[in-house]
Amino acid sequence: MSYQSFEEIINVCTSENKEFWQVILEEDIAERNVTIEESMHQMQRTWEAMLNSAESYEGDLKSQSGLVGGDGQKMADYQANHGADSLCGSFVDECIAGALQMGESNACMKRIVAAPTAGACGVLPAVLVPYFKRRCPESDKMLKAMYVAAGIGQIIAHRSSISGAAGGCQAEIGSASSMAAGALVYLQGGDCKMIVNAAAMAMKNLLGLVCDPVAGLVEVPCVKRNVIGTVNAMSCADMTMAGIFSRIPPDQVIDAMKEVGDKMDSSLRETALGGLAQTPEGIRIAAQLL
Amino acid sequence: MNLFDILGPVMVGPSSSHTAGAVRIGYIARKLLQETPVKVEILLHGSFATTGVGHGTDRALIAGLLGMKPDDIRIPHSFELAKESGLAFSFGTVNLRDAHPNTAVLKLVGESGKEMEVQGVSIGGGRVLIQKLNGMEVNFSGERNTLVIQNLDTPGSVAKVTSILFWKSVNIATMQLCRDKRGGYAMMVLETDEEIWESSVRELQNLDGVLQVIYLGIEKE
Repeated sequence: MSYQSFEEIINVCTSENKEFWQVILEEDIAERNVTIEESMHQMQRTWEAMLNSAESYEGDLKSQSGLVGGDGQKMADYQANHGADSLCGSFVDECIAGALQMGESNACMKRIVAAPTAGACGVLPAVLVPYFKRRCPESDKMLKAMYVAAGIGQIIAHRSSISGAAGGCQAEIGSASSMAAGALVYLQGGDCKMIVNAAAMAMKNLLGLVCDPVAGLVEVPCVKRNVIGTVNAMSCADMTMAGIFSRIPPDQVIDAMKEVGDKMDSSLRETALGGLAQTPEGIRIAAQLL
Repeated sequence: MNLFDILGPVMVGPSSSHTAGAVRIGYIARKLLQETPVKVEILLHGSFATTGVGHGTDRALIAGLLGMKPDDIRIPHSFELAKESGLAFSFGTVNLRDAHPNTAVLKLVGESGKEMEVQGVSIGGGRVLIQKLNGMEVNFSGERNTLVIQNLDTPGSVAKVTSILFWKSVNIATMQLCRDKRGGYAMMVLETDEEIWESSVRELQNLDGVLQVIYLGIEKE
């Protein structure tokens, strides 16, 4: 990707009167030497893979370790039966269930779309699939939202990292949440500045999040962290639509994420040597599995 | 990173490095063997050895050896499928010096009795590198058209190979050379921009001093 900052993308959007998704699409066809149709077709297949993944959840599956499975079903049942009592409301509950389900499907070796990583694969579909079903925009618009999300992820990957081993969970769930927030603002009618503002706020809120998987597996706490990425994306999108802006410019937020990741002790970057992985229960579980 | 490295790959979970990458290593090893494997001994190093079972690394490697790709939903059932199709497998651990934590060594036997040892490493995001082939150090990803040529270490071997590629208008992107000892066995690994036709592979195979030509073409989606 030739763009190295959100600012450059916004400048192109403004000076050439283009939408955010359009700039990312044009960059993709230039970078990979493909046609617009080829790029759109691949995005269509990626979106369909995401929808299929969401559809194929099995509530009775457990992961190989037995640590996760079934929670997404519990949440979906709660949403269906107690929607009126719930604090978050029916739409948010459905997104929470979607995030849990996708995270569990990943842990149970089902087919998912890494977005941007397998461990964070629940966030983007958790907001996009219910939005698509309930608010029913044309699927063409969902594809454009996917370009928005991907463009945000590319800038984060370029300026910082999307790997838990390099930057902690902030680089995985934080990035996924940023991507989802930007995509939601696009769907809600926000312009390019609002899109990157939501992405920045989502990242700010998850800055410092460590990667501390119990027994080194993509299960605990990864599955439930997909939920915080989801809910955070929705709240940042709504704040943006309400006219609330990040005091720190978006590119500087991403640079701060890199700095925090670099300063993060390696025990908190996917090595299972710190945090939840090294609690007495975390150690006990790991010993049992090995 | 390109756009579909961010939104993708479409893969069977739970980990791009420990699962999707492991499938790729098995898949490339099968293509390098150039025949159906009937027996394999797999040695896992580092993080592959310690967290491999929980990530399905073992099942993923076998799935790749059976010809599956990282998005194949049969990956979790690869052990059963291997038994049905007559692929005998065993796993062990190994402590390699100076190796990446996500490394696997595959000792393969094909249906004709052909043997091959492949060392592969999963470098993240589902991408892999093959680092050793039959004990010789190599370095290729399988993401480009790749030619692996084993030959006797004699003068002019490289010139003969590259001139055939030149006549076929194939541009060489990268090239590696290694040998076990002077005048012994040598190996060339060439990554090319263009596809290489079967007739050209046969022509290379017929060169004096060439023992074996393996061609891995990139596959269209």
